[in-house]
Amino acid sequence: MSIAVQFHQVSRHYDSVRAVDDISLEIAEGEFFSMLGPSGSGKTTSLRLIAGFEQPTSGSIRIFGQEAAGLPPNLRAVNTVFQDYALFPHMNVLDNVAYGLMLKGVPKSERHRRAEEMLELVKLGQYGSRRPSALSGGQRQRVALARALTLQPRVLLLDEPLGALDLKLREQMQTELKSLQRQLGITFVFVTHDQGEAMSMSDRVAVFNKGRIEQVAAPQVLYNQPATAFVADFVGAANVFDGPLAATLAGLEQPFAVRPERIRPAGQLDGDVVRVPGKLLDIQYLGAVSRYEVEVLGEKVVSMVLPNEHDTQAAPAVIGSAITLAWQRQAMLPLAG
Amino acid sequence: MMTASLPVTPAAPALGLWQRLGVALYRRPGLQLGLLLGLPLLWFLVVYIGSLATLLAQSFFTFDDFTMEVSRELTLANYRQLLQPANFDVVLRTLLMASAVSLASAVLAFPLAYYMVRYARGWKKGFFYVAVMLPMWASYIVKVYAWTVLLAKDGMVYWAYQHLGLGGVMDWLMTLPLLGGNSLTTSHLGRFAVFTYIWLPFMILPVQAALERVPANLLQASSDLGANGAQTFRHVILPLAFPGVVAGSIFTFSLTLGDYIIPQIIGPSGLFIGSMVYTMQGSIGNMPLAAAFTVVPVVIIALYLTGARKLGAFDAL
Repeated sequence: MSIAVQFHQVSRHYDSVRAVDDISLEIAEGEFFSMLGPSGSGKTTSLRLIAGFEQPTSGSIRIFGQEAAGLPPNLRAVNTVFQDYALFPHMNVLDNVAYGLMLKGVPKSERHRRAEEMLELVKLGQYGSRRPSALSGGQRQRVALARALTLQPRVLLLDEPLGALDLKLREQMQTELKSLQRQLGITFVFVTHDQGEAMSMSDRVAVFNKGRIEQVAAPQVLYNQPATAFVADFVGAANVFDGPLAATLAGLEQPFAVRPERIRPAGQLDGDVVRVPGKLLDIQYLGAVSRYEVEVLGEKVVSMVLPNEHDTQAAPAVIGSAITLAWQRQAMLPLAG
Repeated sequence: MMTASLPVTPAAPALGLWQRLGVALYRRPGLQLGLLLGLPLLWFLVVYIGSLATLLAQSFFTFDDFTMEVSRELTLANYRQLLQPANFDVVLRTLLMASAVSLASAVLAFPLAYYMVRYARGWKKGFFYVAVMLPMWASYIVKVYAWTVLLAKDGMVYWAYQHLGLGGVMDWLMTLPLLGGNSLTTSHLGRFAVFTYIWLPFMILPVQAALERVPANLLQASSDLGANGAQTFRHVILPLAFPGVVAGSIFTFSLTLGDYIIPQIIGPSGLFIGSMVYTMQGSIGNMPLAAAFTVVPVVIIALYLTGARKLGAFDAL
């Protein structure tokens, strides 16, 4: 498989701020690749570097082998779905979708036919004559998607496209986006701050932090073998133990993480387990599970997540009471110092 | 467990006079709106709409050429008079000048406003705002007279032309029928330059406000879909900022249509609508004809706006 997008030691600095700091990565053709990170981590800047809205301060960006640094956006074979859709308010939906074809000089009937096809693809066939302002957020999102796909880009860039949608709609769009990507077979580069979204859709995820990449891996690897404390904490929830705490609890030099769902009340586990006494601070009922906040060694608050159906009886329900936590030794995820 | 308690606020505190007044207004939104709008609305109805209606009525009154008196007999004679060649020339001359000034203002204002919105940051932005507004703080009459000095035969503009070796070009320009004259001060070109100078800020500000409302990501979306700078300008920026150009051109257009000072001081002889109104109501006392002349710009602007609307200039609003 060929490489769709390649970053080689790319940096983007604004005065003293290093928005993107010496990043190298490769995105394979046909891959669903997510850039995940908190706001200000450099993920959106990286996407904009691929689109051409930003120029790198240093380094090289190749799109299908061609050097892209210095090329304006209109000369790149990538298209973007914008965070707030960026639909042209003075055009109807059909003309929005046909915009790229119009610029290429495709005759009106032909470009409208192809735009109609794209609207069918995103299930908005009836909406061509409407103004974007007459559509709901989810529909605008689909128009933006159709518009970006009309030019049949080899790489589609998506900048937090689902951020403004409500939860149900977002989940539905995640499924549709993923199946659309499989159907079209083009490379998706997807920027999000929502780890659940990145995990559920992506072939691989790059976790960004402070302008750098902490780890690039498949979702399962990110979750089960996080390279750093940041990844462990950002991808799923994690209890990170470092320094003297790691030494006291497990006799380790190295920091480690334990997922909340791997922790149990001490009575439920046997074998090679680590046990920690603590005090129950709070219980949060979350439906299928409950989260228990437990203070251990008088300083660290540890989260434990228990399924509700069979463990409500076993767990102490009195806030402020003593509780001993335990986890299997193999549940500890070693992190880079 | 905690035993300390927070002080409890009584459910219904005793209200003071002002608070009770506030509650009364809160419960009657209509009264609130009435108090807010009453005075300005009255002012608007009487002073703006009222005077406009009076003007319209005046234009149908009869003026007696012999007694020089106005009677309330309704007639269309004033409007017929507008169509007489001498008067129609005045309308046409004013209209041409107003169109040329509006067009030139738009062409000059657009890049400047674009720079102010998209590129100028920090002190530069402030500088440009002040620089655009500053000439409006100075007296209009002073500025116009200053231009007579600048445009005079031995003035700065001629001096600059001579030193650039363009004296011949200037002489040739002055021989052209629609532009020329004895010198810049008495030419249509000079008058056009002064009009454009005076009204330019009225174009820059609305265009700048319109451009300010064009989200930057639309420009990025356009270029992302393959547009070069010119295509983005034509298909995105211009349509979205066009209401601003229309708003600005209403200012430049109507201000030129109504002006009677610049045509008196700069340019060749020949009256403008403004100077015609001034003469008619002042020395002659023919109020009805003056009113009829005044209705002309109102009608022209109304037609212009209707046309602009039909062309979709306000679709983006």
